[in-house]
Amino acid sequence: MIVCDIFNYHMSIDLKTIKHISKLSRISVDEKKAEKLVGDLNSIFEFIEKLNELKTDNVQPLTSVAETTLKLRDDKVKSKNLREQIIKNSPQENEDYFVVPKVIE
Amino acid sequence: MSDITKQSLSELIKNIKDKKLSSTEVTKAFVERSEKSKELNVYVTEDFSAAIDKAKKFDKNPNLDLKLPGIPIAVKDLFCTKNVKTTAGSKILNNFTPTYESTVTQNIWDEGAILLGKLNCDEFAMGSSNETSFFGCVQNPIDKDLVPGGSSGGSSSAVAAQLTPITIGTDTGGSIRQPASFTGIVGLKPTYGSCSRYGIVAFASSLDQAGPMAQNVRDCALLLEVISSYDEKDSTSIDFKRNNYVKELTNNIKGKKIGIPKEYRVDGMPKEIEDLWKKGIDYVKDCGAAIIDISLPHTNYALPTYYIVAPAEASSNLARYDGVKYGFRADGENLIDMYEKTRSEGFGAEVQRRIMIGTYVLSSGYYDAYYLKAQKVRKLIKNDFDEAYKKVDAILTPSTPSSAFKIGEKTNDPVSMYLNDIFTVPVNLSGLPGISIPAGHDTNGYPLGLQIIGKAFDEQNLLNIAYAMEEKINFKNKITDWWIK
Repeated sequence: MIVCDIFNYHMSIDLKTIKHISKLSRISVDEKKAEKLVGDLNSIFEFIEKLNELKTDNVQPLTSVAETTLKLRDDKVKSKNLREQIIKNSPQENEDYFVVPKVIE
Repeated sequence: MSDITKQSLSELIKNIKDKKLSSTEVTKAFVERSEKSKELNVYVTEDFSAAIDKAKKFDKNPNLDLKLPGIPIAVKDLFCTKNVKTTAGSKILNNFTPTYESTVTQNIWDEGAILLGKLNCDEFAMGSSNETSFFGCVQNPIDKDLVPGGSSGGSSSAVAAQLTPITIGTDTGGSIRQPASFTGIVGLKPTYGSCSRYGIVAFASSLDQAGPMAQNVRDCALLLEVISSYDEKDSTSIDFKRNNYVKELTNNIKGKKIGIPKEYRVDGMPKEIEDLWKKGIDYVKDCGAAIIDISLPHTNYALPTYYIVAPAEASSNLARYDGVKYGFRADGENLIDMYEKTRSEGFGAEVQRRIMIGTYVLSSGYYDAYYLKAQKVRKLIKNDFDEAYKKVDAILTPSTPSSAFKIGEKTNDPVSMYLNDIFTVPVNLSGLPGISIPAGHDTNGYPLGLQIIGKAFDEQNLLNIAYAMEEKINFKNKITDWWIK
């Protein structure tokens, strides 16, 4: 039987994984960049995996340091006619719309 | 008055209120010195002529009851400023001009201050040396080719070089306190929820806080008073009674209990940092406070936790940069190709690295092993502080494990760069306030800082301890104006 020692387990990140993450991140990477990222991410994850030394089975995750209940406000329209402001910074505009490359053949 | 820029914020305000100086004179003095200081590369966007116009307008009908009457202020380029370009130090936002104002900058203008310009920073505040900025590195006025720290490097450099009397930065893992320490100024990260995050370009939303950077503790207290406010536009903004920090500022800290955490004595810490810390302990004792040894047992796990939590949140926050609604767009053969090229060409290397780390730790099959694990360890780190604060009022540590380093020295090794934030990151993870005050020099004459960490919402105590220590330390920054020809 093979016992996996979770406390000394280091998942190494290979080129295939980098290409998968780059797809998920929507960042294109060429071979050269991918190879550099393999090195960088492995050294960072080696550092991160120090956390495996700690047993945390009975610890509640901290999701927010601000221990407060979210405030409710009235559902009222406070700003109007923002169309021009919203479109103003778009890289390619066409009057009232955002423009993207053709998506339907 | 040739020495206008040498005056502290409090002195400038007094001189304007006493009508010894006009806003126009003050604004022109800072503009002139900034014009002579281009080599420091602190500005991404200068707004000098508009600033002088605003100062003239202020002088015509001055409202001297305001807290920052006619005071010119440059701010980190992470704060959205209406109709003034806001880049976050990134190519992807190089053409972005906000149509709205961040709440903290609005608070500053509402008190009579005038925008001088936008200050350089690490791209999306991701960095500890200002070297990840699309607009190039910033020079530390302390010495040529020395980093000013980061990510608020343009801000720290501008205050130290007297190009702005005061500024605001943002701090996600140390981005106010570390550069303050590297340039010999005061920098405060407030309690999470004190200052609105509305209109600040988001990096890691559960950690980001805006805060003041100043030449001294009093100026810092004044600016905190102005920027700290409850804001319904930020759902994590906290509605609590804010102090009149300046009015209640006192150097009487007799009987306060200051904790010294043994875990901050890290391996390989330079002797000068160890010595500085000892000196700090003596100063605190001199002020009549008591020193108590404490333990924060999970300190060593803070950085690995941070490098899961912060990139995870960043990968989510930065998903909005898709080349469609605003910002840079690269041409692509189809929609997906456009997204991928836009993000590949628009983001710099460090930002891409962090987006990819974040995407990986949140991806299916790895979420529990990394992200959930980090959230649990984050709880343990916060518990350490909660325990410690049953015994002490505040905690004293060094701000950084070293003084400022040379430009280029750490760029090839991300992990060694990340270690810069070893003493500051636990504070963000726990949502606490922390202040860095200049406390001494290393053998090169480079400044070194001490950090005081307070209880949540206890900024007054934090400022009082810093104020008392500042008086004892009597720090003088060694700046020669080497960049002015």
